[in-house]
Amino acid sequence: MTKTITEKIFSRKCGCDVSAGEMRVVPVDAAMVHDITGPLAVNMFHRMKGEKVFDPEKIIMIFDHQVPADSITAAENHIMMREFAKEQGIYNYDVKEGICHQVALETGKIMPGDIVVGVDSHTCTYGAVGAFSTGIGSTDMGFVLRFGALYFRIPESVRIEADGKFAPRVGAKDLIMKTIGDIGADGATYRAVEFTGQAFEEMEIPGRMTCCNMAIEMGGKAGIVPPDEKTRKWLSKYGDVDAAKPGSFDLKADEGAAYAGKVEYDVGDLVPQVAVPHNVDNVVDIDEVEGTHLDQVFIGSCTNGRFEDFAEAAEVMGDMNFSPDVRVIAIPASRTEYLKCLRAGIIEKFVEAGALFEAPCCGPCMGGAFGLIGVEEVSLSTSNRNFRGRQGSTKGEVYLCSPATAAASAIKGEIADPREM
Amino acid sequence: MSDMKDARIWKFGDDIDTDAIIPGRFLTIYDPKELASHAFEGTRDEFSRDAKQGDVIVGGRNFGCGSSREHAPIALKGAGIEMVIAKSFARIFYRNCINTGLLPVVCPEADKISEDDTITPHLDEGYIEVSGKKFATEPVPEFLSKIIEAGGLVEYAKGIDEVETCIK
Repeated sequence: MTKTITEKIFSRKCGCDVSAGEMRVVPVDAAMVHDITGPLAVNMFHRMKGEKVFDPEKIIMIFDHQVPADSITAAENHIMMREFAKEQGIYNYDVKEGICHQVALETGKIMPGDIVVGVDSHTCTYGAVGAFSTGIGSTDMGFVLRFGALYFRIPESVRIEADGKFAPRVGAKDLIMKTIGDIGADGATYRAVEFTGQAFEEMEIPGRMTCCNMAIEMGGKAGIVPPDEKTRKWLSKYGDVDAAKPGSFDLKADEGAAYAGKVEYDVGDLVPQVAVPHNVDNVVDIDEVEGTHLDQVFIGSCTNGRFEDFAEAAEVMGDMNFSPDVRVIAIPASRTEYLKCLRAGIIEKFVEAGALFEAPCCGPCMGGAFGLIGVEEVSLSTSNRNFRGRQGSTKGEVYLCSPATAAASAIKGEIADPREM
Repeated sequence: MSDMKDARIWKFGDDIDTDAIIPGRFLTIYDPKELASHAFEGTRDEFSRDAKQGDVIVGGRNFGCGSSREHAPIALKGAGIEMVIAKSFARIFYRNCINTGLLPVVCPEADKISEDDTITPHLDEGYIEVSGKKFATEPVPEFLSKIIEAGGLVEYAKGIDEVETCIK
């Protein structure tokens, strides 16, 4: 029987043939908890009469949403999580390490074909290395911490096939926003989004992370790119790829596998995309919003906070400074990415151009910590959501774009086309 | 479920996200009542003031999209909501509802319900009665019914010592 990559991963894990639509209780290979939804998960673990977690080595704890602690309650939540980690023998990636999804992949604990859950909707990012990864709630995570397994409905898949070569200043973020705009915010609900084609084969892991990260923005349970030599090379910087399960790097869908839907793109036709407030699927070509006044530009988040994103932004900037009328907040996704920016002179360039370059964390993305916008302010952001109130006031507006568009716009003080810089 | 005769219907549109249900700045809070006091803050401020036990939320497509924050169903439960009816639900929110004991009801005709209607659920028979009209509801998958019957995932987990994996 022909299978999608998702069905193969679940079949391998279950030791028998399973197909989309079946409900199974499946062991997980890793579980990620962070400082916002983690405390409630720990509470649920205790309420489920949990005493020892299933396997401390498979639990990845990371503080990223409110770091350094921005309130007394956040500090208390951190204390509680640190104590739990110590008592259970879990290694805690504390406030200095960066955003959960970037750091989780940098631990080298996640390999292709793994089944990973995390208490954050953007856990689907790990599909960039060929893992089946999905976001769950805190009670689900309490159950996982105790039993090391969770109930899953094995999802149908939708196939996004992208061929061709990107034009200069157009890339992964534009492609995923275009796809979300076409499919809609619930177009892939309960489904795994499988990304294939020449554009994904040629895309490096950071771009694949950007695309998989936003699978949830079309309702996807997971986003997944078939693993390949690029995956092996990237993961070998962080973990022991030879210890991965046999066949992990050869996983791909069978010819003729059944999909719930297919969409095809030639990325050569793609122009910079912008998601307009207040829904992620309100996506337009950049010429429809050029000239929109901006108060703040944010380059960072688990979607676009990697070295490659800052390097592209820096290339667009050239020797120009940011508009004095715009606050530019730049935040790398992890300590590793921060150091790469530091060593390449990118931080110096950003600071000289007028940016606030912050230590790795989620920053204004979720609207819980610093860098919030006020009433009637407009933010342009490389993050993944533009919901009303997402980055501060419910009377403010958030637009989403690529790092290249963010840099061009920060220079002009209004939404600007990076191809014209 | 509470007596639904006096239940108020709170009607919402499509794509109601978890940031609208409970904004990110309140996520350090875990107490249901305190979370409820900020539910829909900035988008529908009268909700936290006026919602009472047994009220029903009716949404359109993709209700609860966005973050995996369980604070959202907890805030709604804290405000007295026992059931959310929608045309469709975002996946994580749906699971979170089942796990926390807030009943998610998929009703393809949910958008025809108005705030002036009265609702009587007949979920075992697969419909809700809306001001005298019958609207079909989708059944909850069998495995999830067990969790609901137990009273949520915590109660379900308390009843088992280990979980048998890869079984249906």
